[in-house]
Amino acid sequence: MFRRSGPTDCEITWNGAPIPAREGESLAAALLAAGIAQFRETAVSGSARGPLCLMGACFDCLVEVEGVANRQACLVMVTPGLSARTQQGARETGA
Amino acid sequence: MREIPLLILGAGPAGLAAAAEAASQGIQALLLDENPAPGGQVHRAVGGFYRPDPGAPGADQAAEGLALIEAASASGVECRYGATLWAIQEDGVVTWSEGGAAQQALASVLLLCPGATERPMPIPGWTLPGVMGVGAAQILMKTAGLLPEGKTWLAGQGPLLWLYAAQLLDKGVTPAGILDLSPPGIPWRALPHLPMALRAPGYLLKGLDWMRRLRRAGVPVIKAREVAALGRDRLTGISIDGKEMEADLLLLHDGVVPNTQVTRALPGCAHVWDSAQMSFRPVLDEWGNTSLNGLLVAGDGGGIGGARAAALSGRIAALEAARWLGRLTPEQRDALAGPLLHRRSAELAPRALLDALYPPLPMARVADDTLVCRCEEITAGRIRAAVALGAQGPNQIKAFLRAGMGPCQGRVCGPAVHALMAEARGVAPGALEPLRTRFPTKPVTVGEIAALADAG
Repeated sequence: MFRRSGPTDCEITWNGAPIPAREGESLAAALLAAGIAQFRETAVSGSARGPLCLMGACFDCLVEVEGVANRQACLVMVTPGLSARTQQGARETGA
Repeated sequence: MREIPLLILGAGPAGLAAAAEAASQGIQALLLDENPAPGGQVHRAVGGFYRPDPGAPGADQAAEGLALIEAASASGVECRYGATLWAIQEDGVVTWSEGGAAQQALASVLLLCPGATERPMPIPGWTLPGVMGVGAAQILMKTAGLLPEGKTWLAGQGPLLWLYAAQLLDKGVTPAGILDLSPPGIPWRALPHLPMALRAPGYLLKGLDWMRRLRRAGVPVIKAREVAALGRDRLTGISIDGKEMEADLLLLHDGVVPNTQVTRALPGCAHVWDSAQMSFRPVLDEWGNTSLNGLLVAGDGGGIGGARAAALSGRIAALEAARWLGRLTPEQRDALAGPLLHRRSAELAPRALLDALYPPLPMARVADDTLVCRCEEITAGRIRAAVALGAQGPNQIKAFLRAGMGPCQGRVCGPAVHALMAEARGVAPGALEPLRTRFPTKPVTVGEIAALADAG
């Protein structure tokens, strides 16, 4: 889908697996560059979604970052070792 | 609570130019932007990661952006990036989140420069991973150097589509094709606006140059009517008027609309339907004053005019802010703003032609089973059915179907739901009340709000 035209300088993890990234780029860019198209499953039907706008408006790039759900991957900047996961459907209530 | 004379929201061309102008009038402004760096969307990562070669498509614009960023930086204005505004109270208290904690300040004058978003283009399958906005792909290029790989299609209409396609060619990437969905036939309706547009011929010449580059490179430009994205869990193909083709990436564009998410949430801030631009915008005077005292809007958030007009509007609004703050008399403001107002009119000259050339794609074409509200997964057919049951406009459809009530808070689907309902009711879009937004205009965690108590 996308390829990089420049180098990477660190690693982050996506669902526990390491992927290359560049510090300071958006998490969304790092995931797309690694060939990851699906960022989440929707809360309503569980269908696959990835980013639409990459400017903070569409909320289709929501992922879990360092255990915090509903983070916009286009507005989270890459830091070395950052850990993110697919957001699965709706939030569960209760413990 | 911290008191500040002028708070500027948005570090795009309007906000950056306003910050520098305010500083030169002796006003210490605070500039907030949720992005990690200045530039807004148009000048994204300019001076940072995005450094186009001279002569490349978009290089002139980037040079203008760099000048704005450097001038704002040299002015000493306090800039907070990664700062997301989510509430404005009637008394001028502004709340934003930064680094996971909320903060507040009391602003005497507020200047909102929220920019634009891409108009939604609901087609079958547009929610599949692998389908995104042309603007989104351009942001990936500017901020991370990502270039499309595999069969890449661009579909829709408008200047940004042609610019980005030309930028791809310049980077050695050849799109599989451009699906031109603009209205068929010779656009006679645009002709009356041509003489005005020729007063600023640079815009038109650039556009024609991008199109010529693409034709010369042999990129197929297909005049199409219906485009659909195909695939199960990600895009694998597209259908062009029923003919299937392989696809790895489909980029959509149907122009841009003012981002009025914050202004619509302010009680008493009047908005008007702009029938040329087919969108709502706040009611503004020539200075950028809204219908609320001390609240100004500059740039594309007040009506689409492009980056240069936005920067001029930012400076004009900053001079008006200086008048509000007693720094300038009306006469001093007029003297300083005169040349800027004149230049802004010149920059806006081609706008009517562009608006007439690229009216938004008609909602009548959107099939009943196509999703319109992506968050709540509401189809065009369900919205039409709700209209048949008596839903009058976007604010009633929320109660019927939850359309516009998901995480994006109507940012994406809003214009499409509005146009679809007007079309289904057989009335002009301006006859429907716009989707009401409410603070917090961005989702906020309880932890972020709790930080306010810690701050006292």
